Amino acid sequence: MPDMRLLIIEDDREASSYLSKAFREAGHVADTADDGLDGYALAREGAYDVLVVDRMLPKLDGLSLIRSLREQGVETPVLILSALGQVDDRVKGLKAGGDDYLPKPYAFSELMARIEVLARRRGGGAAAEATSYRVGDLELDRLSHRVTRAGQEIPLQPREFRLLEYLMRHAGQVVTRTMLLEHVWDYHFDPQTNVIDVHVSRLRAKVDKGFERPMIHTVRGAGYMVRAGGEA
Amino acid sequence: MSAPAAPAGHDGRHDGILARLGTLFRTTAFKLSLAYLLVFAAFAFFALGYVAWNARRVLDDQIVSTIEAEINGLSDQYATGGIRRLVSVVERRSREPGASLYLVTTPAGEHVVGNVEALPPGTLAEPGQTETAYARNTDGDRLDHRAIVRIFTLPGGFRLLVGRDVEERDRLRAVIGRAFAWSLMLVVGLGFLGSWFIAQRVLKRVDHMTEITRGIMAGDLDGRLALAGTGDELDRLASNLNAMLDRIGELMRGMREVSDNIAHDLKTPLTRLRNKADAALREGRDPDALRAALEANIEESDNLIRVFNALLMIARLEAGNAREGLAEFDAGAVALEVAELYEAVAEERGVALQAEIEDGLVLHGSRELIGQAMANLIDNALKYGQKTVESTAGPVVCVAARRENGSVVLTVADRGEGIPEAERGRVLERFVRLESARTRPGFGLGLSLVNAVARLHQGSFTLEDNAPGLRATLRMPALREQAPREMTA
Repeated sequence: MPDMRLLIIEDDREASSYLSKAFREAGHVADTADDGLDGYALAREGAYDVLVVDRMLPKLDGLSLIRSLREQGVETPVLILSALGQVDDRVKGLKAGGDDYLPKPYAFSELMARIEVLARRRGGGAAAEATSYRVGDLELDRLSHRVTRAGQEIPLQPREFRLLEYLMRHAGQVVTRTMLLEHVWDYHFDPQTNVIDVHVSRLRAKVDKGFERPMIHTVRGAGYMVRAGGEA
Repeated sequence: MSAPAAPAGHDGRHDGILARLGTLFRTTAFKLSLAYLLVFAAFAFFALGYVAWNARRVLDDQIVSTIEAEINGLSDQYATGGIRRLVSVVERRSREPGASLYLVTTPAGEHVVGNVEALPPGTLAEPGQTETAYARNTDGDRLDHRAIVRIFTLPGGFRLLVGRDVEERDRLRAVIGRAFAWSLMLVVGLGFLGSWFIAQRVLKRVDHMTEITRGIMAGDLDGRLALAGTGDELDRLASNLNAMLDRIGELMRGMREVSDNIAHDLKTPLTRLRNKADAALREGRDPDALRAALEANIEESDNLIRVFNALLMIARLEAGNAREGLAEFDAGAVALEVAELYEAVAEERGVALQAEIEDGLVLHGSRELIGQAMANLIDNALKYGQKTVESTAGPVVCVAARRENGSVVLTVADRGEGIPEAERGRVLERFVRLESARTRPGFGLGLSLVNAVARLHQGSFTLEDNAPGLRATLRMPALREQAPREMTA
């Protein structure tokens, strides 16, 4: 998703300039704010696609900032960055009105993938909740739980169905391993081994086997992407 | 009942005693004993007073009835023998030892016969009973005896006085009064001493406790409060405080361990990271080699971050402050989900992953952490449970969740090499990795985390011999004995 307008509210200038530089290189517009009050003012005025908010900020802490924005009717998606990675911290962050939570330190690819998902959700909320997804000749019907490719039915296990559903819902976007674990299995821990990779390769064996053009692509150093056409 | 503040100045010893008395007066034991003392003293006062009053009444009654009987007898004598007979009888009786008092006078008041020499003037004029001073015929006119007398006018105008000396009664009264005073003093004195003794004893034990806790606050964490062995409130308090100190000591040791761990086990990979970057800078002229070195550095940093997160998580769990955000969840469902998550990996590695899960195993805790613990255990079982001893069948990992005596029991069992019994306790410590595991990826934190998760859920984590292999068991108190799924809302 090109040309996103992002606001980074982060008091660590080094981290904040690293992020804005990386975002600009990816073709996006990124503003920065050093403290909670500046961030709040900018977030209320500017039309941003996603806010990246550090949890611990001077003057106004991250969670209060998000809560105030939500009370003022600002519905811009918020991704919380936090040095606290524990389960209850995540829950607190989401309760305050955050849309996603990423513990520090993080890989930039992970952050980018999550921001794109948030921006897309804002852009086409209705499309995301459609009853069926279609990518190329691959079709997934959420009501009848049927998956077909080129008109041919592909039998999937329930978990495989949910995996493909999530990938197709974010077609054209990078989906990381932790995002899959979060949304398909609803766990937030670090699975250590390549458990997610094995599930994806099983799914890939069912979806792409016998077809010339693969649907499920591996994005090196980041995750996976469902996309019609292109090389594997 | 607070004691007034000790006045400042004078000599220090005096102030010390006052301060000490002040402390004593403020103790609960002293206040209680004082209250009991007052109630008891009041009770004793009324009981003894009742006895004394009754004794006195009985004595008076006795005197009065004696007088009555004599008067009746003497008036009979007068009625039958006239004044002569009366005089002779009175004369005879007056001389008997320990006799009553008698006096017969003419209607004009002149002394006829009797052993009473003098009376206060006008006493004889009024018939009836009275208490008065009198003089005996042996001691002249001094009215220094007391008696209860009764004056009776005979038909002929003669007056008859009969009385009893009350000195004996008064002596008895005095004796009773003294006994009353003494016993009251004794009761109060003993009660006061008793309460003092009790308060002192309690004070001494509390002082001892204060002294020890002060030492502990100053840094001597090994100090413990002594128990008197009586099982009383102070003993219970002391043993609770001791348990608290044990827990604090444990936490302190944990903290120290974490900092030691950080020093030893994080410095090594950090140094490695630094050296790799250094080497790449010195040698790498070729952009591809530089790129590879940077990628390797990122991977190494990610590992370090992972170790850091795991360490912090364990420390946080062990400190017990992850308690908020706990909720009810089905532990069996979690075990099944995680087993299913790892099932694909197991199959890829040729391991049969079996699950035996009972329904409705409701726990109060963190679904996320139990999931993480199960993931660690299954991950370990897949890693180390592959070298099967049995040659006939392939490797098997069995995940089970069941209820046992009010506990939810989660087990992960493999048929690999297992862990020698002597090492089973040690592998739960942070960064402990067995020699056989050195060649595989990992940091030696997985089982420490499982152990911490078990403790957060008030449960236990044990490693046993699966003969062959290892059986890891998490045992945590179930929320209810019978918890149907429908009720988990």
